[in-house]
Amino acid sequence: MLRDEEKRRIEAEARRYPSRRAALSEALMIAQETRAWVSDESLADAAGEVGVSRAAAESVATFYELVFRRPVGAHVILVCDSVSCWIRDGESVMDALKAKLGVEPGGTTPDGLFTLLPAACLGLCEKAPAILIDGEPHGELTVEKLDGLIDAIRGGANGDAALR
Amino acid sequence: MATPLFARMPSGGGAASLGDYRKAGGYLGLASARETGPVAVGEAVKKAGLRGRGGAGFPTAMKWAAVPPPDGGPRYLVVNADEKEPGTMKDRFLMEGDPHQLIEGIAIAALAIDARVAYIYLRREYGLCARELEKAIGEAASLGLLGDLQIHLHLGAGRYLCGEETGLLNAIEGKRATPRNKPPFPQVSGLWGRPTVVNNVETLCNLPHIAREGADWFKSLSSSNDGGTKVYGASGWVAKPGLWELPLGATAAEIVDRAGGMSAGRTLRAFLPGGASTDFLPAGKLDVKMDFDSVAAAGSRLGTGTMIVLDDRTCPVGMVLSLERFFARESCGWCTPCREGIPWVTRCLEALEAGEGDMSDIEILEDHAKALAPGRTFCAFAPGAMEPLASALKLFREDFVDHATGKGCRYR
Repeated sequence: MLRDEEKRRIEAEARRYPSRRAALSEALMIAQETRAWVSDESLADAAGEVGVSRAAAESVATFYELVFRRPVGAHVILVCDSVSCWIRDGESVMDALKAKLGVEPGGTTPDGLFTLLPAACLGLCEKAPAILIDGEPHGELTVEKLDGLIDAIRGGANGDAALR
Repeated sequence: MATPLFARMPSGGGAASLGDYRKAGGYLGLASARETGPVAVGEAVKKAGLRGRGGAGFPTAMKWAAVPPPDGGPRYLVVNADEKEPGTMKDRFLMEGDPHQLIEGIAIAALAIDARVAYIYLRREYGLCARELEKAIGEAASLGLLGDLQIHLHLGAGRYLCGEETGLLNAIEGKRATPRNKPPFPQVSGLWGRPTVVNNVETLCNLPHIAREGADWFKSLSSSNDGGTKVYGASGWVAKPGLWELPLGATAAEIVDRAGGMSAGRTLRAFLPGGASTDFLPAGKLDVKMDFDSVAAAGSRLGTGTMIVLDDRTCPVGMVLSLERFFARESCGWCTPCREGIPWVTRCLEALEAGEGDMSDIEILEDHAKALAPGRTFCAFAPGAMEPLASALKLFREDFVDHATGKGCRYR
């Protein structure tokens, strides 16, 4: 079930277009924002909200890369593997993250903290090699810099746990 | 040297504020466009020689002129801000650094085609751009600068085909971003079957300056047959990768010079002039003027004008593999040659890179460069994917043959 706040946001989105279907991808992303991924149930809810069939919603959900149809971790890391990053040793960034997190691309760490995904050009070419963590850009990466970024998130997560 | 697009960007980073923008003459171009009216705007843009900055270089005024006369129904302006061409980061820079410049450009283009609604199709990965644009739209609207124009931000959900103008229209309508048949062209039948113009971010950013300073001034900025400046970029192993605004027609060598030359110990071997889907040009062509006609005459395309540099210590086969992996993954699957052909190309390149290929792989690659050429596929995606491959097979033949004959990759 979508929450009232989500329904309100989808409704506001749908009003911007002459056809409600135009709000479909945003409806999926709004559902995903709350639950981190789009389950079959969320897909059906989003479809119902904009008035399209589940099949239509699935056709969109499976086409776009940022719609996650499987559960992901609390933090999603998109690693650019396109040409400008590749030239500047972008593969070493992916290798370092695989080693540090102990997962393959597409995988989620057992603690549910990170999902590691390859991504097409992130438009950060002058800062290659680059990644996005939860949508925030990080560039000119080195193994040391990556260590720092991951450790900071892990430290924060442990801090949160300690507070509870 | 005039840099109208970059002039107001704060040197320490961040975005030019509405105050900064207006102090520098911002929104005066829109006021003047309202006075002179849509016909005069179209004529000025034509005379200014503005060609689209998204990659195809189509004359902007000609694109607008294909919109039929108003019939009382809705007409739309769509901003293509789905910058996902590998090696291209220029539109992000323009939106992050001076969001009001784009908003004013949108208002002028909407005036020219008599549209009351504009959608900015922005890739969701550009989070900072989204925040800056939302803020700028709100500021401009609250001051009444936009008149009766509504500007909506539509965030994409990620796919390269959304940058193809008809794929982009399907994406906005809430469908898979597969391309549409042309004709009818979007100007006649675009969003929801209504007249629609799709313009690139950088193209629109030029309009306030043309409207304010005039066509002759804009023309004089360029050192080519077309008008204006161009946002150029360089990535790869250059000393300082980045973006620079230079006269349209600056040479590739000048751009590399702006990037501080090559990184220590590396020599420039070749370059892709304007993104992933352009032909390689060899180092000997660094004196090419980076304008539409000159780069075409040199055997490639200006594309987005953001060059990707191949140096002597990077494997050209590996670089082409990285490019084709991108295209294989991003192919929308709509037409068979592209959906099946590019993955096959990728597998051949993988075999060559792994030292498991032979000369027949090179033949298969050459066959595909022809089989996926313009006219053989539904849209320009696969032909674009073949441009770096076909040119690499010619320019770096020895490297491909070495990979195919058991000599392996000498760059590792």
